[in-house]
Amino acid sequence: MTKLAPVLSAHWDEKDSFTIAAYTRHGGYKASAKALAMDPDAVIQLVKDSGLRGRGGAGFPTGMKWGFIPQGDEKDHYLVVNADESEPGTCKDMPLLMANPHVLIEGCIIACHAIRAKHAFIYIRGEVTHVVRRLNQAIEDAYKAGHLGKGIDVVLHVGAGAYICGEETALLDSLEGFRGQPRLRPPFPAIAGLYARPTVVNNVESIASVPAIIANGAEWYQGMGTEKSKGTTLYSLSGHVTNPGQFEAPLGITLREILELAGGIRAGHKLKFWTPGGSSTPLFTDAHLDVALDYEGVAGAGSMLGTKALQIFDETTCVVRAVLRWTEFYKHESCGKCTPCREGTWWLVQILRDLENGVGTEDDLAKLLDLCDNIMGRSFCALGDGATSPITSSIKYFRDEYIAHLTNGGCPFDPVKSTLFSGANA
Amino acid sequence: MTTTQENTTAQAVELITVVIDGFEVSVPKGTLVIRAAEKLGIQIPRFCDHPLLDPVGACRQCLVDIEINGRAFPKPQASCTIPVEPNMIVKTQLTSAVAEKAQRGVMELLLVNHPLDCPVCDKGGECPLQNQAMSTGNGETRFEGVKRTFEKPVAISSQVLLDRERCVLCARCTRFSDQIAGDPFITLNERGALQQVGIYENQPFESYFSGNTVQICPVGALTGATYRFRARPFDLVSTPSACEHCASGCDMRTDVRRGKTLRRLAGDDASVNEEWNCDKGRWAFKYVTAVDRLTTPLVRGVDGVLAPASWPEALAAAAVGLKGKRAAVLVGGRATTEDAYGYSKFARIALGTNDIDFRARVTTDEERDFLAAKVVGSTTTYRDIDVADHVVLVGFEPEEESPIVFLRINKQVRKRALKVSAVATKLSIGVEKLKAEFIKVAPGAESSAIAALSLTAKSVILVGERASETIGLLTAVSQLGDKSGAKVAWIPRRAGERGALEAGAIGALLPGGRPVADASARVDIAAVWGVPTLPSNAGRTTSEIISALNSGDLDAVVVGGVDPLDMANSSEVLAGLKKSFVVSLEIASSAVTDVADVVLPVAAVTEKSGSFLNWEGRPRAFDSAVSDSLNRSDLRILSAIADQMGESIMLGTVTQAAREIASLGKWDGARANFATVAATGAKKVSGNEALLTSWRRLLDLGTMQKGEANLAGTSRKAVAVISPKRAETLGVKDGDTLRVSNAHGAISLPALVEDIHDDAVWVPRNSFGTQTLISLNAVHGDVVTVVKA
Amino acid sequence: MSYTPDQLQVMDAIIKRYPRSRSAIMPLLHYVQSLAGYVTNEGIELIAKLLTLETAEVSAVATFYTQYKRKPVGEYHVGVCTNTLCAVMGGDAIFAALKDHLGVENDGVTADGKVSLEHIECNAACDYAPVVMANWEFYDNQDVSSAKELVDSMRKGTPKPPTRGPDSLVTWKEASAVLAGINDGKANEGIQAGEPSLLGLKLSKEGK
Repeated sequence: MTKLAPVLSAHWDEKDSFTIAAYTRHGGYKASAKALAMDPDAVIQLVKDSGLRGRGGAGFPTGMKWGFIPQGDEKDHYLVVNADESEPGTCKDMPLLMANPHVLIEGCIIACHAIRAKHAFIYIRGEVTHVVRRLNQAIEDAYKAGHLGKGIDVVLHVGAGAYICGEETALLDSLEGFRGQPRLRPPFPAIAGLYARPTVVNNVESIASVPAIIANGAEWYQGMGTEKSKGTTLYSLSGHVTNPGQFEAPLGITLREILELAGGIRAGHKLKFWTPGGSSTPLFTDAHLDVALDYEGVAGAGSMLGTKALQIFDETTCVVRAVLRWTEFYKHESCGKCTPCREGTWWLVQILRDLENGVGTEDDLAKLLDLCDNIMGRSFCALGDGATSPITSSIKYFRDEYIAHLTNGGCPFDPVKSTLFSGANA
Repeated sequence: MTTTQENTTAQAVELITVVIDGFEVSVPKGTLVIRAAEKLGIQIPRFCDHPLLDPVGACRQCLVDIEINGRAFPKPQASCTIPVEPNMIVKTQLTSAVAEKAQRGVMELLLVNHPLDCPVCDKGGECPLQNQAMSTGNGETRFEGVKRTFEKPVAISSQVLLDRERCVLCARCTRFSDQIAGDPFITLNERGALQQVGIYENQPFESYFSGNTVQICPVGALTGATYRFRARPFDLVSTPSACEHCASGCDMRTDVRRGKTLRRLAGDDASVNEEWNCDKGRWAFKYVTAVDRLTTPLVRGVDGVLAPASWPEALAAAAVGLKGKRAAVLVGGRATTEDAYGYSKFARIALGTNDIDFRARVTTDEERDFLAAKVVGSTTTYRDIDVADHVVLVGFEPEEESPIVFLRINKQVRKRALKVSAVATKLSIGVEKLKAEFIKVAPGAESSAIAALSLTAKSVILVGERASETIGLLTAVSQLGDKSGAKVAWIPRRAGERGALEAGAIGALLPGGRPVADASARVDIAAVWGVPTLPSNAGRTTSEIISALNSGDLDAVVVGGVDPLDMANSSEVLAGLKKSFVVSLEIASSAVTDVADVVLPVAAVTEKSGSFLNWEGRPRAFDSAVSDSLNRSDLRILSAIADQMGESIMLGTVTQAAREIASLGKWDGARANFATVAATGAKKVSGNEALLTSWRRLLDLGTMQKGEANLAGTSRKAVAVISPKRAETLGVKDGDTLRVSNAHGAISLPALVEDIHDDAVWVPRNSFGTQTLISLNAVHGDVVTVVKA
Repeated sequence: MSYTPDQLQVMDAIIKRYPRSRSAIMPLLHYVQSLAGYVTNEGIELIAKLLTLETAEVSAVATFYTQYKRKPVGEYHVGVCTNTLCAVMGGDAIFAALKDHLGVENDGVTADGKVSLEHIECNAACDYAPVVMANWEFYDNQDVSSAKELVDSMRKGTPKPPTRGPDSLVTWKEASAVLAGINDGKANEGIQAGEPSLLGLKLSKEGK
């Protein structure tokens, strides 16, 4: 049984956890002081040695990303923190920032020092007023305490409702004051990112993990997790479970273990399907309960670790309805730049809506899969790819259920049964 | 010279060899895969790709399979965004089943929301979507759902209409507007499937270059109001042509249906206009068929009334009126090189005089000498702008007065932050877009600012025709060029001026830049023309000719394409003409034809062949586009008059003239000396007095824009511009009415407070609501009074 | 409306946050929204002027992001998450009930101007599903009756406080100012975390 290992969330249960007083009480801003006294390259090396990988979904080694920034090029460098948490199911960064914004600021200071940047921008999604307040206050307090403003500045930039801005180049365009549409790569942000200057874009959790690594050393961090997926991370469990919530555990824990901690699937029901890392990661079923939830384990089983957003659905849930809704989301959030994503999601929604209503034939499933084939790997960025994941994976595991909609002339499920309040209030 | 430069550049470029569909091709480093494939004749379908716009990779139509050093990309790549690399192997739709399916898939998706309205769409028949749907699409759609619809069409300006449901969101139009024209008035709006091209509701798409977006739209989403629903492409007869509107020298195409010009498009000439033109060049062509077009010769009878006459009758009347008289020639800047050559030869042989001037505007001896010493035969080109280290604008507003020069400078500003300086009195929209250094001077005080500039041999000074309005300015420009080695180019406003200069349609010069004063030059020309001698007197300038007509020192004048309203002293011009025997060669009735004794209708540009020399001195040849036209060039008529006079000039056809011009070659003898003229500086003003400064806008009341209401709708509003300081003194804010007056007259315009010299007021020269030259009889630097009306 | 010198000064300070002025376009849009309740033409034109952009460039940005409203919304803008997980767990039922209860459609505003309704996408609070947002404050673990009570309290002018947020719900305009980066002094109000956020930590302390 894997043991939980709260590091980021270690002090969230203290009522004032978000204040600079509480943060300092637990040794806050000591790691940045330590890092600032180190050679920047040594900081990068330490982060490389720790094995920390990007927590935004792709799992790219953080230290290596920092190492890509050209040094001694006399240009301004920038750190951009991606706090645009919007992937359906993903709910780790917002509670983290609400409960402990200072750990991100300290991480920014360390990362800026390492990559020789004077400016960090935190791009936070706009639909979270109170998290914005907390972060803004924390930045003010960090300035007052002298942690910021002495060579390193942090600016909070609030988004305005666009999932695509979680894509790093779209985020940069948005931050520069343009429509948040992805950019051509190359050039990669490390060479020409924000304002065409070398830029590191990291997820909140990645940067927030850095102070503890500096404080406790690379070996400490390496001691947790699996061979290629080191450290601890936040697993966000939601849906039809007895107790949903955040579980900070070493990488490689399984859903079976987390479900046990959470009291299992809600009483009287059983697991039907789940996402390992948000809606863009192909669905899993009860056959995947023992898959190690690390980058390699999940990939090996045909999906992606993504944001570790474990959305759990029990047998009352219609998979066609679930997939249709996600597809509607991708259609709504497609930036419109490229044809496959813009037009493809428009069409996918129409086919799925028909199928959910029992309209169509089995041939439409073939058409749906062929359409996904024409979108997957053909679109400009990963949003189009992500849109096909729930469709192709659900047809793979639940083809019969799609057919049942057609033979039944409509959806065979009662939506009330899958609500939390199952009829009582509906 | 241009060729040499290009060759030098080519040698320095590193070549990369790639394999596409099994064929090797070597292309310069940086070439995109889609372009390398074109070199092999392999056409990869595409929409967003455009060679002159930044790659965007949006439409995904051009997906191909690529491997480099034996490593294949896991998914097909957009060939419009990927530059070639060594050891790259590309498989297009021709050899890769994956690429073929990817392209077919994207095409199907593009058609999902595209209406099946090809039969009523202007683009039908010349539509990249239609064509590529045939080559790359499926015969039948699998889409059974609901298509996206929008209200249609939306007029995004008086000239451009938008049908959003046809749009494939390739962003060519928005990228053009932003990257090329610097006018991001149209943008992509909304998001996802609702993304659409649009304007901001209170600001129409009023860019001087908007028509290019219609031309590069790969579907029928953007259409021109004037051409909409007028023709099918396959009913049009296309003729390559050249633009007659300014000295930029755009390559053009004229499309004619049943003898009527229906549209004109920008032609493709990489060294001049690339693939662009301005809206005036594109949309101002109806003047040819405007109501007041002259169709028959007119002769003023004994009763004093101008009446229709036969050609022989009219030619005879002209010959009789001119024969043995003290006569001069005024030829406007719209003449083709061949026509100007005809006027030049006609003046020297038939009239026996050097009294000829093509400058139908403010002229000075300083300018004449400058043209003879520094401009004729000069070879500064667009290419020099491309490689310049600094471009200086003097008396020249490129966006208004030579729009393709503007685009070329803008390209370098965007590409490599080319340094641009503008010596001017008012900061203009165009100069602001070029991020130029604005060297603000009082009107008349330009020379000292010029003298203070530090340039190199790689710098280019672009001087406009308005420089002649400031005494000593051309001297200062010339001295700066001599001192620094910077190239100097003179950019007149009209298409024919450089050709007329080279053809000797000016008193001081014979064809080929030969100084009249040089005996051996006269011998050269006399030999070719087969005449014993040529007149050797210094010819009169335009203003001297006008004075001589008024004083009776001249009896007669041949006038071709001159509008007296272009001259500050228009009343004096008309008075002089009234007193004299006037032969007018014109396309439409004008103030000159009204007072002429013989009026001879001539062909417009689309109706004849010929050529212009653009500001570079580069020939821009064109053919007759309208077959059943009058096709009477000025040249042919002049030749007929000369025959009647018994002084044959033997120029029956344009070809003949062109051959003769070519045989003359350029003058290799000593150039005329440039007698320097000292600057007088700005005049002093006090109180409500101000110094006038003014230029013509691209879109205004010009006679060749007649009949183009849609085009006129996009012109810039006429305003009077004063500085914040003067505005404060006068208690004026934007939109209040200002009255600008002098002893001659007054004009009233809405005020605009902008960056202009405190001593100055700016008004447009010939715009809707203001004809400065007529109303004030004043030019740059003259003193006027400015008050709040 | 025209803008006061104080407001122009705030906008100037927003622009100064960034190395390049164009970056200020989004906070400025939030800010003009905080003044008028939505992004007005005056706001777009002013931003264009302040940032030396064309108005089309500003409206292109304003129309890309769903939080910028081009027409007035309610004093309390209610968003019901109907992304898959919340929808399945009750979001669809809540949204349907609120439409019916308020008598408005998606993006509609009640006649009294108090409440507007929108179905929204995942708001990063899935462990609190079904989630309702009001002026982008969290109302966790909602059901049909709690959501109806919430909007009723808004229409009475005494909105219930957010679950994880300040002690009382601020108005739409006030929230927009916060999103423009203006500190309203309420950061220290409310809880630091809800129970689900603390579940793993609690279990860990129990030795799990």
